[in-house]
Amino acid sequence: MSQQLIDAIADMREDEALALVEELAGSGAPPLAILNDVKTAMDIIGQRYEESVYFLPELVLAGEMLNQIMEVLKPSLAETAAEKSLGKVLIGTVKGDIHDIGKDIVGFMLKVSGFEVRDLGVDVPAPKFVEAVREFQPQVVGLSGFLTLAFDEMKATVAAIEKAGLRDQVKIMIGGGQIDDAVREYTGADAYGKDAMAAVKLAKSWVGG
Amino acid sequence: MDKQKAPLSAEEKLEAAFQRLLSPKDPAGNDLQFQSAEAKANYQASITRIKDAIQLREPDRVPVTVLPSMFPYLNAGMTVEEAMYDYEKCTTAFKKFVLEYRPDMHIGASAPGPGKFYELLDYKLYSWPGHGVAPEHCYQCNEAEYMKADEYDLLISDPSFYFRNFYLPRIGGAFEGFKMLAPFTSILEMYGLAFNFVPFALPPVQASFQKLFEAGAEALRWVMAMGASDGALTAMGFPNIIGGFTKAPFDVIGDTLRGTKGIMLDIYRRPDKLIAALEHLTPIMIAMGVSAAQQTGNPLIFIPLHKGADGFLSDEQFKKFYWPTLKQVMLGLIENGCIPFPALEGHWESRLDVIQDVPRATTAWMVDQSDMVKVKQTLGQNACLIGNVSSSMLKLGTPQDVRDYAKMLIDTVGKGGGFIMSNGAFFDEAKPENVKAMVEFTREYGVYK
Repeated sequence: MSQQLIDAIADMREDEALALVEELAGSGAPPLAILNDVKTAMDIIGQRYEESVYFLPELVLAGEMLNQIMEVLKPSLAETAAEKSLGKVLIGTVKGDIHDIGKDIVGFMLKVSGFEVRDLGVDVPAPKFVEAVREFQPQVVGLSGFLTLAFDEMKATVAAIEKAGLRDQVKIMIGGGQIDDAVREYTGADAYGKDAMAAVKLAKSWVGG
Repeated sequence: MDKQKAPLSAEEKLEAAFQRLLSPKDPAGNDLQFQSAEAKANYQASITRIKDAIQLREPDRVPVTVLPSMFPYLNAGMTVEEAMYDYEKCTTAFKKFVLEYRPDMHIGASAPGPGKFYELLDYKLYSWPGHGVAPEHCYQCNEAEYMKADEYDLLISDPSFYFRNFYLPRIGGAFEGFKMLAPFTSILEMYGLAFNFVPFALPPVQASFQKLFEAGAEALRWVMAMGASDGALTAMGFPNIIGGFTKAPFDVIGDTLRGTKGIMLDIYRRPDKLIAALEHLTPIMIAMGVSAAQQTGNPLIFIPLHKGADGFLSDEQFKKFYWPTLKQVMLGLIENGCIPFPALEGHWESRLDVIQDVPRATTAWMVDQSDMVKVKQTLGQNACLIGNVSSSMLKLGTPQDVRDYAKMLIDTVGKGGGFIMSNGAFFDEAKPENVKAMVEFTREYGVYK
């Protein structure tokens, strides 16, 4: 374990973190050990975000550091078995709405918190959600939308999942600019979240993590 | 001796702006003919009411406005696409909306914008009905890195050149030829002058200008339709509340230049350049608001606030990157006789201690989902508040829900003046009876005794 690497990542010292990864990888450190340090650092970042020490700049930079580190490690990680995840979460922005920033942050926070995340993107029609629930088998579905028009589309998506007989298999959470509990009730979702941490907490509470 | 008059103070400039608003002119510059004495009285009462509210005095009653996005058009049974492409249909629907709902002030029929014009520009920054969005949906921004990370020096050294030659060709196909233009600041002396004009002989540049001539003609058609609509509504006694718009420098870079991801990374990777760019954009954003107010004769300058909301930045980052230049923009507007009209979109409770530091009785803030009572106790001690019936309540609640909430607002936030009843966020869909309940209840219950 390299405490130096963990600190560099967790404290947002990007150049130092990348140099350390190059150095460790070059000196023959096992890639899985490096990856473990990265994961520890990401946990710290998640926790600092939860404690309102970190905000969007740190989450975005953490995502960038993670991508760059994975680029370095990828060649030697090819045959590594996938790590066991906390559970599967399907996310997407509902039909008619193309906002993606909030959804992307939720997806990133779920990933660094140990969930396997499938992101259907933006402007996703209800049948596409249904198909993905059937095929990906998530425990949690997250619907995003910022427009008042999204309220109806969220309701339609929840109804479509219900109609397909899949409603009992998933918990559904919603989020976005104008979402509150009245919207939650209207759409038939199980819960709504104000930010990415709320999404992580909801998902964890549902999968018993 | 020097007989020049002393320059007007900010207060005098603002007072003069209100006096101009109270006696509106027609396009020929003559006093506007109101439809009736009653229309004139209503118009002037509305202006006086909003002036009192902004200057933190008690008006005769709580002013009420409705600030919709696509509601007037969807509610009239048309699609957003129709409202964007048929100016006549658009302004007719908007007029019907104002006459039916009777808010003290409206925001004009310009929200849908001219669809044909965006087509002529081959505009890429937004998707709109028929161009990436369904006919019944509102246009939406396509966020991307339209400004690259290594272009800060270009932006800082000559913002207009940067916009013309780099930014515009990325957000609109019609600007493609602008990439070839020489900087206008190279046009200095007779010797060498002609070199600067060679690009104008090149087919891509000429094609760009040809497209802009067409786009300009379309923009003018639309502006004439909007002006006629506003003039007609004024004559019927309903003033437009918005005199123009500008933006917080942080949002200029974070929304449409670098994008959210780009600006968040810049906070760590190139903070000095980011701050220099924010500072360079500040006088430009002041001038944008001031010149709009001069053109419309209305001092209220709308400033939609985005990336300073709760959760985006830490306290320290907000105070370092977001607030200083936003405050400078507002002070610059005030100095020039304008009234900054910022909109706290989303939640802003964690920022109230910082943003309450504005000159007293000079600004009006649209509040979305922040706790309005907390806002009143802080920012509201210094500034007029506008809001904040939620989109969720307007679409999903009952008229009684709306009346109950409006009563709470009038009783607490309205106390002593400095409050304008309104929805909190621009909305597309709502139950008409809920919107009506907001206006009618305020007209009855909001009377100051």
